[in-house]
Amino acid sequence: MSALEVPALETVPPSSDAPAILRIANLTVRYAIDSGDMITPVDDVSIEIYPGETLGLVGESGCGKSTLGRAILRLLRPESGSILFDGQELVRLEGRALRAVRRHLQIIFQDPRGSLDPKMTVGEIVSEPLRVHQLGVKADRNRAVTEMLDSVGLDPSYLDRNPTTLSGGQQQRIGIARALITRPKLVVCDEPVSALDLSVQAQVINLLQDLQRELGVSYLFIAHNLAVVRHLSDRVAVMYLGQIVEQGPAHQVFARPLHPYTQGLLASVLRTDSEAHDRLNEAQQFVKGDVPSLHDVPTGCRYNTRCPFAQDRCREERPVLELSEGEHAEDHWVACHFWRDLEGLPKTFRAR
Amino acid sequence: MSATLGTPARATAPLLDVSDLSCSFLTRSGEVRAVDGVSFSIAEGQALGVVGESGCGKSVTALSLVRLFPPTSKVRLSGRVEFEGRDLMQASEAELRAVRGRQISIVFQDPLTSLNPVLPVGEQIAESVRLHLGFSRKAARERAIDLLSRVGIPDPQRRVDDLPVRFSGGMRQRVMIAIAIACEPKLLIADEATTALDVTIQAQILALLDQLRRDFGMALMVISHDLGVVSAICDSVQVMYAGVIVERGPVRTLLAEAEHPYTRGLLRLVPRLDTMRHHRLRPIPGQPPQFLTEQTGCRFLPRCEHATERCHETPPLIDVGHRHSSLCWLSDDKMRAEAESFAPGAIR
Repeated sequence: MSALEVPALETVPPSSDAPAILRIANLTVRYAIDSGDMITPVDDVSIEIYPGETLGLVGESGCGKSTLGRAILRLLRPESGSILFDGQELVRLEGRALRAVRRHLQIIFQDPRGSLDPKMTVGEIVSEPLRVHQLGVKADRNRAVTEMLDSVGLDPSYLDRNPTTLSGGQQQRIGIARALITRPKLVVCDEPVSALDLSVQAQVINLLQDLQRELGVSYLFIAHNLAVVRHLSDRVAVMYLGQIVEQGPAHQVFARPLHPYTQGLLASVLRTDSEAHDRLNEAQQFVKGDVPSLHDVPTGCRYNTRCPFAQDRCREERPVLELSEGEHAEDHWVACHFWRDLEGLPKTFRAR
Repeated sequence: MSATLGTPARATAPLLDVSDLSCSFLTRSGEVRAVDGVSFSIAEGQALGVVGESGCGKSVTALSLVRLFPPTSKVRLSGRVEFEGRDLMQASEAELRAVRGRQISIVFQDPLTSLNPVLPVGEQIAESVRLHLGFSRKAARERAIDLLSRVGIPDPQRRVDDLPVRFSGGMRQRVMIAIAIACEPKLLIADEATTALDVTIQAQILALLDQLRRDFGMALMVISHDLGVVSAICDSVQVMYAGVIVERGPVRTLLAEAEHPYTRGLLRLVPRLDTMRHHRLRPIPGQPPQFLTEQTGCRFLPRCEHATERCHETPPLIDVGHRHSSLCWLSDDKMRAEAESFAPGAIR
């Protein structure tokens, strides 16, 4: 593996003292859709990810979370803002320089079947990033591929298999091997376990955790399943209609959600205990109706059309992210005019 | 619609009584068995959940009830499907057409492929009541508006003429439900009906199904890979694995005191909001079988951490009390030990 210059398989603990590996500031993505209308799926978003940590990004379909992930990889071009990755500005990067950065910036997709070329063997798929980035000579690459497959729990007999003959879980392992083979510093995981059955999902979640511990890679973990995000994330950002409405340490956001939308999301998570049925009815009090379309974004706070607490101010003035106060407030941000008042509500009207 | 409002009468005979249902598909590479001798019943107004992972046979079980298979597929069915005392297995295709949508309706996962994209939603709802109930065009339209409002679509007077593409995913699923309940069926089958929806919308749709069941006294068969969905709106649940029912019982009992090692394994893996970060999941080793083969013995044997020699012999469904039973020798051992402790020597 010498040619790959991999800094050994040491354990790298997440550390917020180290400079952020990714620092996104005021990022906006706008584009025209078929009808000619402009939509803004990512609107003035700022997030940071530190070495070795997982930032969970949650929100419902159409909130812009996948678009944000693709913008970070520069699979699309942002309109404005900054993406500082490992000290390098990506927003205006093109061509060869951009490809070079992608060695350290990879992605795992939701649909393993659709993201693996059916005309290639497993070995070719996993070694392709090494060839593209001209890492190592052939013998080194072959050894690296065998080792990587072993890390994701597949023995060398898979090298010559066709990906279409494999199960969903095995395909996702290959997607993970392909993403990690160049030893990236950040991997965008876009709903990587959503399409998998429960027993396979658990295997893949464990694998992602093990590899992070081994390699010190950071994850941007995009998912709609809050319990999975809770399980994997150090910090969490909640996105609604293109904007971050709350972010902070995972244990804080889940134990003490401040934004009414986060409270609604948490209340909607189905349970498997004796309270399951009662909770279902309770969830209805938190979130009304549907997510508005990106064509017709509400003025003021974008959540105001679904928020049970919305007032005139919410329809007029856009709330900005502010640092919450209190003794456990460490780095917990919320964008709501009235979060302080909501905190005082009876427990039954708040998510767990 | 008000005619059937109120609590359903408790009938003694079940609404649906399925016994020894098997289903296999004849493919070029031979016969592939999907469901292997399942028996269960659903009472009027009852909500039964069917859970299991992909390929366990849960959806095929539902499709077999009303023989809803693509015309090109070659299916071999056996067993009995008694619905209101009549065996649907013996019914002709024409007779089944009168049952589908009228007495038994199905809502699938993907509303966009189930809806006709070039027909206004109102007409798609009206179609069903005109066909089955002989409503006039005008009455059917009124009924469609009424149903759209019933399933929570705002401004139904205006939306009735919209094409499906004008509705969001959650709203389309509401339209599908409106079509499904249009003729006030006795049984509504929801096959992964909320799987593709966002969490907040999923909660709304489940609450709607629960409400409709109570209002119309309709029985529900809720098929899902998600134990949370079943916990939220079902009274009882059956767990399927490799074409058979491995455990069944009242929802709360089964979730709190799961007997079968497969159910216990699944429950251990449901991601929960209250687990600690970095808490390690203990996955069930291996994979479910892709094809069912003729075999004796427990189907879960290759993946089971409690397997013994005895598991090579096919276990029966063991009744562990409180309408709860499990297809596992462990439960047999447990029941024998309990009986023994009450009446020493009574069991040999």
